[in-house]
Amino acid sequence: MQINVYLYIFVMAFATWLMRVAASLIMKKPIQNRFFQSFLYYVPYVTLAVMTFPAIVEATQSPLAGAAALIVCIAAAWFGQGLFTVAILGCVTVLVLELFL
Amino acid sequence: MEKGRDIFIQGYRHGIPIGLGYFAVAFSLGIAARDYGFSAAQGFISSLFTYASAGQYMGFALYATNTTLAELILLTFIINARYILMGFALNQRMPEGTPLRTRLLVGSCITDEIFGITIARPGVPTPYYTFGALIAAVPLWALGTACGISMGNILPARIVSALSVALFGMFIAVIIPPARKDKAVLGAVMISFACSYAAVKLPVVSNLSQGNRTILLTVVISAVFAMLFPRKTEEAEGGAVDAD
Repeated sequence: MQINVYLYIFVMAFATWLMRVAASLIMKKPIQNRFFQSFLYYVPYVTLAVMTFPAIVEATQSPLAGAAALIVCIAAAWFGQGLFTVAILGCVTVLVLELFL
Repeated sequence: MEKGRDIFIQGYRHGIPIGLGYFAVAFSLGIAARDYGFSAAQGFISSLFTYASAGQYMGFALYATNTTLAELILLTFIINARYILMGFALNQRMPEGTPLRTRLLVGSCITDEIFGITIARPGVPTPYYTFGALIAAVPLWALGTACGISMGNILPARIVSALSVALFGMFIAVIIPPARKDKAVLGAVMISFACSYAAVKLPVVSNLSQGNRTILLTVVISAVFAMLFPRKTEEAEGGAVDAD
């Protein structure tokens, strides 16, 4: 049976909020455990990388356009473009390529 | 003149360009949310109270797969674990004896971008600043989500296809600059791409739900890299600052 959608939204918001304030709740002085710090350091990059590929290739009508957008976004981010420039360059790449594909 | 009020206004001003960017990205989140069965009102409410791009995207996707609340909570914890690190970075900057209330208020405002401008601002993080930015940016995030859900289906398929890439573009923009600076992060990103692709194809792992695959890969790859390439304390903090 499907969970009530508003309960689901509440749980999602509350669980997210807990992550935001976790450090505020437990922190009195800096955490010293090196493995824990290192693990947390890698988590955001690994999670976002796993979520991005191959999903970006499956999100577009033509997989080729999605793959091109992936390369354009990586290149733009590599050469210092900001969050929203990169996002928009990805959109434009798909828009232009799907005119032909 | 109330000083807190000035700082609040400064935060609000800095939050406006962030909010405009949020609107565009939230539109693509809304398109995804519509596919997963969410109404515009439901999308608006969840964005207003959750304001987390990757976490919400995953939350919406999981809902469509008839997930359990336990799985949702576990996944939300894992996927938003970077907020813990950001919380630590902000709390490190607050002097001993800072009231819990102040720490909680600052922590509650964490998003990738608001964290970025808050940590870049000289001095001790203050809730006046973070709430100013939050109040400017998050309503636009919620509005963008609702617009994506309600108008995604009147847009031509080609436009929807293009917009659906925006969210991934934002993810890429978060992971690539630190990967350029740090070979270990670059390695982690490339291994993650490869494992994620393999996990979709491999016999046993591909039977797991998308959410479980993400949890499994994140925990295993991050733990392996933490063991092989542990951070120095200062580097771990520096990494958090780069994550904006």
